Amino acid sequence: MKILIVGGGMGGTILANNLARRLTSELESGSAIITMLSASDKHMYQPGLLYVAFGRMASDELYRDQRSLLEPGINFHVDPVETFKLAENHVITKSGKRHDYDIIAIATGSRATPEDIPGLAENSINVYTEKAALNFYKSLREFEGGKIVISTGVPHKCPMVPLEVTFMMRDFFQERGILDKVQLHYTYPIGRLHSLEPVGKWAQKEFDRLGVTYETLFNMKEIDGDKKVIHSEEGTELAYDLLVAIPPHKGMEVIDANGLGKSGWIPTDRHRLSIEGYENAFVLGDTTNLPISKAGSTAHFEAEALGNNIASMIKIGTPGRDYDGKVFCFIEAGEEKATYAMFNYNNPPDPRPPTKSIHWFKMAYNQLYWASARGLL
Amino acid sequence: MELIAGIRQGEVGDEFEVLSSDEGSAKDIPEWINKVGHEILNRFESEGVWHIVVRKAK
Repeated sequence: MKILIVGGGMGGTILANNLARRLTSELESGSAIITMLSASDKHMYQPGLLYVAFGRMASDELYRDQRSLLEPGINFHVDPVETFKLAENHVITKSGKRHDYDIIAIATGSRATPEDIPGLAENSINVYTEKAALNFYKSLREFEGGKIVISTGVPHKCPMVPLEVTFMMRDFFQERGILDKVQLHYTYPIGRLHSLEPVGKWAQKEFDRLGVTYETLFNMKEIDGDKKVIHSEEGTELAYDLLVAIPPHKGMEVIDANGLGKSGWIPTDRHRLSIEGYENAFVLGDTTNLPISKAGSTAHFEAEALGNNIASMIKIGTPGRDYDGKVFCFIEAGEEKATYAMFNYNNPPDPRPPTKSIHWFKMAYNQLYWASARGLL
Repeated sequence: MELIAGIRQGEVGDEFEVLSSDEGSAKDIPEWINKVGHEILNRFESEGVWHIVVRKAK
């Protein structure tokens, strides 16, 4: 039984390790083989980018050697897939190698594409790559006062970032002693402050308390960098001195190029995580087209459900348990406090008032994550 | 949010049907569609799910 995992991020790595632990005897006897293909020899802890953007983490702390995170027995190759032949159960990589499989799991993730909105890439700052996060921190240090607009494109990964950057910027400028010179103005694409209604309600109260102004039903259409004005799809204009963008995202180009999903989002069954039309092809993490949070925890819980399912299919011929939509997101709320949103398909989140202990748990998790990546936590 | 992303990435004339169990969306979506200048083709509720059919008009 050949299992192929495409992508070495959170979803792919946790799935590979989860399966390796469940299939120890099959791997030893050779009746199962797990292969992982990735574009990089490094594994990046993406939630750390937010802390790099505020000078709290060094960017080298974001990376570990991918092979060091994988259970022995997993065949790992830095050789990304270029061609998917799902109907023929094989892929072809950049080096020209063909990998046949019995089961494939695609976890290629997503990428910020600010270039999709005219003027956005060159006139805004964001936290979504190492380079962008370092530039973000530099911009914050150099900002002397004025109006900061936080604006969100759709879709995007890490659903809490729009709120977290706002709270963390407020703290940052307060520490710098120039909060009275800074106006934070938060915008959001739909008719509330967050896609998750309870989180939006909680955020509104916090913004009112902290003096953050906001407007809803605001979608960036074009940025005029000379005049420093955002033109919205809704026909309005918004002036800024510094534009903090949560850019729109796409899946990886290889997904669209292979006709697997428009904009790189693969049509996926919400419970079985299978690709529509295939019994042996699965998707997890950001690259699904599921209308749920594109979060690391989503990939994590999907990987656990899928690991259970695939192992069960191999051992007893039937799937195990479905993915129930579970997501868990910390929300840094400023003032060294945090809360969290935990929810699934049937139960919405109910964020509690932020506490210091949840913030410190998040700080600890930034280090404990590596145990999750190894399938232990 | 899915509708906004879909409309941005779609072509003029594309039709989208949104199914939502979220009552807030059932009010927000028509408001946004009208504000931006697209068309609402149909809107109904069935067994607790709101259906809104829209066309990208520009």
